[in-house]
Amino acid sequence: MRAAVVVFPGTWSDRDCVHALGTVGIESRRLWHRETRIEPDELVVLPGGFSYGDYLRCGAIARFSPVMAAVRRHADAGGLVIGICNGFQVLCEAGMLPGALMCNDSLLFRCQEVHLRPGSARSSFTRELDPERPLRMPISHGEGNYYADRSTLDRLEAEERIAFRYVDAGGRATREANPNGSLRNIAGVLNEAGNVLGMMPHPERACEALLGGDDGNAIWRSLLAAPTGRATGAAVS
Amino acid sequence: MSEDGPRRAAPGEVSDETLRRVAMSRGEYERLCRLLDRDPSPVELGMAAALWSEHCGYKHSRPLFHHFPTEGPRVLTRAGEENAGAIDLGEGWVAVFKMESHNHPSAVEPYQGAATGVGGILRDIFAMGMRPVALLDSLRFGELDDARNRHLFQGVVAGVGGYGNCVGVPTVGGEVQFDPGYDGNPLVNVMCVGVGRREQLLSASARGVGNPLVLVGADTGRDGIHGATFASVELDEDAGAQRPAVQVGNPFMEKLLMEACVELAERHADWIEGLQDLGAAGLTSSSVEAAARAGTGVVIDVGRVPRRERGMSAYEVMLSESQERMLVIPKREHLDDVLALMRRWELRADVVGEVTADGRATVYADGGAEARIPVSVLTDPPLYPPEARRPAELDRLWAEDLAALPDLAASGAAAAGEWLLALLAAPNIASRAWIYRQYDHQVLNGTVVLPGGDAAVIRVPGMRAGIAVATDCNARFVALDPRTGAQMAVAEAARNVVATGAEPVALTDCLNFGNPERPEVAYQLEQSVIGLSEAARALGTPVVSGNASLYNETPRGGVPPTPTIGMLGLLADVERHLTIGPGPGDLLVLLGAPPAQEAATLAGSEYLARAHARLAGRPQLDLARERAVQRVVLDAHRRGLLTAAHDLSEGGLAVALAECLLAATGHSAPGAGFVPDPALDLGPRLDAALFGEAPSRLLVGVADAEALAAVLALAREADVTAVSLGEVVVEEEPRLRLGPLDVACDSLRDGYEKGLPRALGE
Repeated sequence: MRAAVVVFPGTWSDRDCVHALGTVGIESRRLWHRETRIEPDELVVLPGGFSYGDYLRCGAIARFSPVMAAVRRHADAGGLVIGICNGFQVLCEAGMLPGALMCNDSLLFRCQEVHLRPGSARSSFTRELDPERPLRMPISHGEGNYYADRSTLDRLEAEERIAFRYVDAGGRATREANPNGSLRNIAGVLNEAGNVLGMMPHPERACEALLGGDDGNAIWRSLLAAPTGRATGAAVS
Repeated sequence: MSEDGPRRAAPGEVSDETLRRVAMSRGEYERLCRLLDRDPSPVELGMAAALWSEHCGYKHSRPLFHHFPTEGPRVLTRAGEENAGAIDLGEGWVAVFKMESHNHPSAVEPYQGAATGVGGILRDIFAMGMRPVALLDSLRFGELDDARNRHLFQGVVAGVGGYGNCVGVPTVGGEVQFDPGYDGNPLVNVMCVGVGRREQLLSASARGVGNPLVLVGADTGRDGIHGATFASVELDEDAGAQRPAVQVGNPFMEKLLMEACVELAERHADWIEGLQDLGAAGLTSSSVEAAARAGTGVVIDVGRVPRRERGMSAYEVMLSESQERMLVIPKREHLDDVLALMRRWELRADVVGEVTADGRATVYADGGAEARIPVSVLTDPPLYPPEARRPAELDRLWAEDLAALPDLAASGAAAAGEWLLALLAAPNIASRAWIYRQYDHQVLNGTVVLPGGDAAVIRVPGMRAGIAVATDCNARFVALDPRTGAQMAVAEAARNVVATGAEPVALTDCLNFGNPERPEVAYQLEQSVIGLSEAARALGTPVVSGNASLYNETPRGGVPPTPTIGMLGLLADVERHLTIGPGPGDLLVLLGAPPAQEAATLAGSEYLARAHARLAGRPQLDLARERAVQRVVLDAHRRGLLTAAHDLSEGGLAVALAECLLAATGHSAPGAGFVPDPALDLGPRLDAALFGEAPSRLLVGVADAEALAAVLALAREADVTAVSLGEVVVEEEPRLRLGPLDVACDSLRDGYEKGLPRALGE
């Protein structure tokens, strides 16, 4: 598997993503926001950061960038896309994922460790993850408070599209375990086809024991375990 | 406008009001006229006033800088020569670091003041061609029961986070203290560490006559005019009216500048002669200082400076402190390459002048000269050796007999536990998680030891060695004895770094004092510099960069003397670092002194301030012993004997022990409790044993009796006191036991973790 890590001018997790993917053997290139060439078999990574400064609203400008048109075509063709933190915000702004990310309910930026319970066997990002074993990784955002209307949330649940929920170390989705006020403790969601994932936590920061743990690698390993050839999340169901 | 010289003010024309506005004294004005052999033009007056301000010219502090030890085998730059100090990390790697203050702007507008403070220190680091990899913030505020102090504290923390988080440089450490002496005049010191290959180390000099001066980044506006002089005068009740002197930060622009400058240094260092940031006094100081370093001159055409406002005068353009601007001095033949690189990063870049051979700073506007002034005059501020007088009150404070205070032991069996809880929840000691959770402390995947310990540890990709960094200064000790207190600040910063297993290598300082024209403040400043230098020499950590922030005064008086130290240490192998959390079953050893202590060690302690409402006593430090204690820890770690280490500071032994236990197991159950050695002797003075703040002490963890014996033997050889304290035990309901102390760790954790949010009314 290969990856294209998108770099907006204000992106800062691009190097971290390249590093983390490298630790599980995924070769990646950095893709400047003005470029539009994406190979069909590439995993597109939209990393964390503040794409264009994001003074207006996180991701509100990035959705109009040249690279996002290419990312949309890639996703429509079944290609894999993961948006992490700012990347999740960009995907929601672009309408590629449902819902929106509002200011944290504390109104404060939060950088801390969280636990996540994987909740979907429908996508290759999460298929290999054990729902009974919470993943430990950091969050780092001021606008990660996931919101969608009730019918959307019900539909996400019914269609197994809630990829991750904030839980405590024992796997319970409690109020205390929710760092930002996200509805139903949602930390990550999938698109209908299952080939686009957005998540606020940073799996690329949980990539080696020296940095406090490597639970984030489980997501990349799940992808690697998916059937080879043209990587599609949509193939499942 | 004549051809041969700039427009002049008529002799005697300059009014007191004009001089007051540029913060220049009549005597300094006369000196300027003498050096020029004529009256200065208005632009020249503004330029000279800015560069002669304390903020740029260090006119009160520079006479003391000769005390600093500035050389060492790893030092690559001389303090003051470049924007930050550079040290050799080995294997071809270099670290640059510096700390700077943004106190006055933060007092007026805490969010933007702190944010632009972060922006300024970042530019100092990438001006040297290095990628910033870590930020630390050292903060001081008045007490949190006052609404204005809460506003300043919350605003500053949000500002540090808002800027650093957006730029994508982790804020990995720092410290904060609260004291009524900082009411209305908070201290906001930010340190930045940058790392890179030795080949990419750049100089900020305007070399090569005929090379262009390229201004990159933000347009120039009227914001921050006279920021340098603003930082060099006392704040009065009217400080809010100074708001136009505070700049507004644009971290997104900074990110672009950072990436462009680091790329320039990493890949194209041969294209350029110099790179310089625009900080205080804007284009004036950056161009003049770059010329001074190279022994050249500069000519600037303000008409070519892109502006964000109409009708700006040459004076305003030259003194604007608009943020996020850099000055690049490319080699002529690479001008187009540099401009293209900047364009790719979507940065505006304009040629605004060039390097000349005449040794002057010449400013043109509309074809006429507005200034033509020798660089040597601008960089030759008047110097005022401090006229120091020892404050008379020191005798009274030193004479206070702390042994005459009633001991804690007399207050009943439960008192010790209640005091431990109170101290752990005190804003000066409680967990800093409320702060560092607002900072992205992990971006760049390099933070190996997260905030919350004694020092942060940073991993640099491609390098086996790790970097440990900490900031420190306990101003109470400095207030009680400036010389010893400053020594203690250096010693504690070094000890913090040692507690991660790193060897302290070099330091940066930020000298925060009141008005140096007052003899008592001059004494604090002078003695602090002397003490700081003595400790730096004794511990082998030269001073490689620094900053002075004087005039930290409010109508109610000067701030406590606060010479903040930023210490950098080196770990041979980043994988082999220590944290403050011991493992279950570990044995703890107290190094440096026996647990039993005299009442005199309560001097300047948090306990004394809270239990007896006083700052008194005379702190004592033996630098030889400090060094020996640190050596024992490093030796023991090198031999793989240690499992954890934690410095003893505010709150003394009992607080340090509690912090170790709380860090040992996190929130998981069962947790870590502590059972002391039956033979442990806390001596006749319980408060001093538990909460005294004698320096040169650490708690270290060892895995078993064999390692314990080895550590005790190492200590004995080094003539360092080492006492086996007891054992970390795993319990369903863990308790901390020490002498009369027997407290549930859950309640300690509750107080420690919620202390700061509760003080903020959350």
